[in-house]
Amino acid sequence: MTILLSILAVTLLAISVWQITKIFEISNLGAKKDDSQVASEKDNDLQGKLMFAFLVFIYLVTIYSFASYTKVLLPESASEHGYTYDKLFLISFLLIFFVQTVTQALLHYFAYKYRGINGRKASFITHNNKLELVWTVIPAIVLFVLILYGMTTWSDIMNFEEDEDALVVELYAAQWNWKARYAGDDNVLGDANVRFLNDFDGRNLVGIDSSDPNGLDDVVVTQEFHLPINRKVIFKIRSQDVLHSAYMPHFRAQMNAVPGMITEFSFTPTKTTAEMRLNPEVVSKVNRINKIRYDNSQELIAKGEEALDPYQFDYLLLCAKICGSSHYNMQMKIVVESEKDFNKWLNDQNTFSEVIQ
Amino acid sequence: MSIAVNNNVDNHDDHHHHKETFITKWIFSTDHKMIAKQYFVTGVIVMGIIGVLMSLLFRIQLAWPEESFSVFSFFLGDRWAPDGVMDPNIYLALVTIHGTIMVFFVLTAGLSGTFSNLLIPLQIGARDMASGFLNMLAYWLFFISSAIMVASLFVEAGPAAAGWTIYPPLSALPQAQPGSGAGMTLWLVSMAFFIASSLLGSLNYIVTVLNLRTKGMTMFRLPLTIWAFFVTAIIGVISFPVLLSAALLLIMDRSFGTSFFLSDIFVQGEVLHYQGGSPVLFEHLFWFLGHPEVYIVLLPALGITSEIIATNARKPIFGYRAMVASILAIAFLSTIVWGHHMFVTGMNPFLGSVFTFTTLLIAIPSAVKAFNYIATLWKGNLQLNPAMLFSIGLVSTFITGGLTGIILGDSALDINVHDTYFVVAHFHLVMGISALYGLFAGVYHWFPRLYGRMMNKTLGYVHFWITAIGAYGIFFPMHFIGMAGLPRRYYTNTAFPYFDDLADINVLITVFALITGLAQLIFLYNFIHSMYFGKKAEKNPWKSNTLEWTAPVEHIHGNWPGKIPEVHRWAYDYSKPGKKEDFVPQSTPIAKGEKITEH
Repeated sequence: MTILLSILAVTLLAISVWQITKIFEISNLGAKKDDSQVASEKDNDLQGKLMFAFLVFIYLVTIYSFASYTKVLLPESASEHGYTYDKLFLISFLLIFFVQTVTQALLHYFAYKYRGINGRKASFITHNNKLELVWTVIPAIVLFVLILYGMTTWSDIMNFEEDEDALVVELYAAQWNWKARYAGDDNVLGDANVRFLNDFDGRNLVGIDSSDPNGLDDVVVTQEFHLPINRKVIFKIRSQDVLHSAYMPHFRAQMNAVPGMITEFSFTPTKTTAEMRLNPEVVSKVNRINKIRYDNSQELIAKGEEALDPYQFDYLLLCAKICGSSHYNMQMKIVVESEKDFNKWLNDQNTFSEVIQ
Repeated sequence: MSIAVNNNVDNHDDHHHHKETFITKWIFSTDHKMIAKQYFVTGVIVMGIIGVLMSLLFRIQLAWPEESFSVFSFFLGDRWAPDGVMDPNIYLALVTIHGTIMVFFVLTAGLSGTFSNLLIPLQIGARDMASGFLNMLAYWLFFISSAIMVASLFVEAGPAAAGWTIYPPLSALPQAQPGSGAGMTLWLVSMAFFIASSLLGSLNYIVTVLNLRTKGMTMFRLPLTIWAFFVTAIIGVISFPVLLSAALLLIMDRSFGTSFFLSDIFVQGEVLHYQGGSPVLFEHLFWFLGHPEVYIVLLPALGITSEIIATNARKPIFGYRAMVASILAIAFLSTIVWGHHMFVTGMNPFLGSVFTFTTLLIAIPSAVKAFNYIATLWKGNLQLNPAMLFSIGLVSTFITGGLTGIILGDSALDINVHDTYFVVAHFHLVMGISALYGLFAGVYHWFPRLYGRMMNKTLGYVHFWITAIGAYGIFFPMHFIGMAGLPRRYYTNTAFPYFDDLADINVLITVFALITGLAQLIFLYNFIHSMYFGKKAEKNPWKSNTLEWTAPVEHIHGNWPGKIPEVHRWAYDYSKPGKKEDFVPQSTPIAKGEKITEH
């Protein structure tokens, strides 16, 4: 029945388009016997004005988007390098915004201003080397500065030192969940390989080599992992099956998980989860989300289904690389807390040697 | 049959002796004009409808996730949409095939195939392509490739679903994803045919442009369309073979147990034997084509735009030589920037710096092009035909989409927007929408050359304005959901309450997508209707300078009866002072006392 209705709707749409064309044709016939399909002076006038209106439209869309969507963006960074990242992003964005505003204005204004008039001749201008030089050199200089800025930022983020007191955490990806491994008291991760995954009846979650003494004090956690505030974390990222990407947007951090190799990323968390929950941007976002969830729950209850849980902010680890059917639901909670709370939490977890007993 | 057309033979009457059968004229034609039409119908119309329809289906899912829709049941069947609810695997397959079809079939073969074929011989003054037979072969290989790709949609376990970039191991292991079985095999076979077709086509274009230019048509008198098609063909010849090698190695890994891209894999409770390969190698090979591919898609559209903007502004293109130089610069740079797709793949960070440097350099020739288009409009006498509107629209989306490339091309900034909707918005505007606008502009402009009739301008205007508003309506808000941290290729965003407040934006985007998608029916109707009932075209309806408008409206073998016109000037003598008309065709000899335009 619905298929029939859809077909009917499409047919009606087609007929209405056909009828509209007819009307256009007839009204044209009535006005003047002009069925030329080349733009007339009247067309140029109307389309030129519409071009100007389109410029206004672009500006309005821009203003509207910034006014109503800024609030959905990520809150301020929760990592040390994230501040540099946000600054570079802002500078690049302002530059883009400026160029966009000016060039779109020129393009659409010229399209309006110079709309064709019968009998007028265009200016015969073939080239202008000076002008050409100006708009080659200026972008070149601006880009050069931006490239240098970007390259130093990149190198600061990526070329981190393997400090003694940095916390080493392995992020381990599989279809479709994350696990995290802590190096234990020796702060050295034990060797691991997919060949060991079936050992110990599947309790060896990330395939630690049980013959490597470094691995015995390792701690493997699922669902959520904790980080101490203001201590550098070095992530060693692995995957057991396909490509995944460890994406932690609140920390401005992302690195792919590649089967057969270990990739790395590092950052220093600067805000605990509790602090971030009090951030005004986060508070208002959470309130908005809970309002949406409340409204949706009312609908669900009316249908006799369960209501949605209220939402509380948490840092997230997501997967950003297509990895199969549950790619959309591959998540792990990140808790940033004080060094003391962190140590307490870590001590409560079972070490690898305890797990395989 | 004109397997090799001898350009020096002016008298072309001998062609009348060939008796054309239905098969040689309509199916296995070696005439470039017929092959252009064949590419358009197969690549743009048939594959285009499939590709756009898929995007509408997954947009509906994204706006109203996991709800039941009868269109899903209708198109996907009970297997992939039980009770009208879309299955996550088919969602990924739709995203994958949408990307594949739009990038390769519509915007590479459809766009280049149609306009390089139609315009290269006609604009350089040649009787046909250098090899009509190879040209025909290229089309038929493309046809086979399309047929295989469409067939892959009906495979039991579903079509390829690893993303259009088909990164292994996901694409290599049927255990990891059902689409990586027979669906992926067909995808790879289809692409092998596609690449063969593309190479034959490109070689033919290059040889034709180099060897078959008419008397007086020097390289610097070529219209910018031809420069764009010529350089595009060169990039294709350089980069497509690398994709073929990647595909072959992937086939080896999938079917013959090699380990080029695979290592240390545990899937479905089983340790696989693969040792020592690296998926990152595949990414390098893929993007060595993948990035030039962006320009293979975009340059022809920019070439078309250059021609249409100059003609309709009634003004020479501003900075012809700078335009040629920027096409060449873009082409060169496009082959050394592929690593910017791989900043966070675990590639050495030093390489990230190198690729940031080369990538941001591309902004310079791109800016030159954009400024030159704007300068061409300045003090023109703009004839705002539908083709002209689409060309101006292209410049607009090229700027909007190109600018965000400054963020994505910067390795440091890429970290947090990589693989989010920010990327999706960026590349759809800068290469998807821009190239489609170039395609539409080309069709409106050269329809009289293709079918000897005019397209309806009112419908053209309606088509443009709905599309223009829709394109910004879809992709402008999309940047924001990307900057909010939402990764792409998520079947639904409901698994993360954190993204709940993006739901409204997704509905808005989908509504715009549905309107814009349906508006393309106006174009389709206009195209088919005008083919049969459009107003008969004059020989040179847009008062253009280029050679294709000197040929008779009816298509004849060999393009011109009698002699091929000689060329005496560049293609952009519009509104030249001292001339009565505001255009001077390239075939018009320099008048007594007339100064040759320096350009």
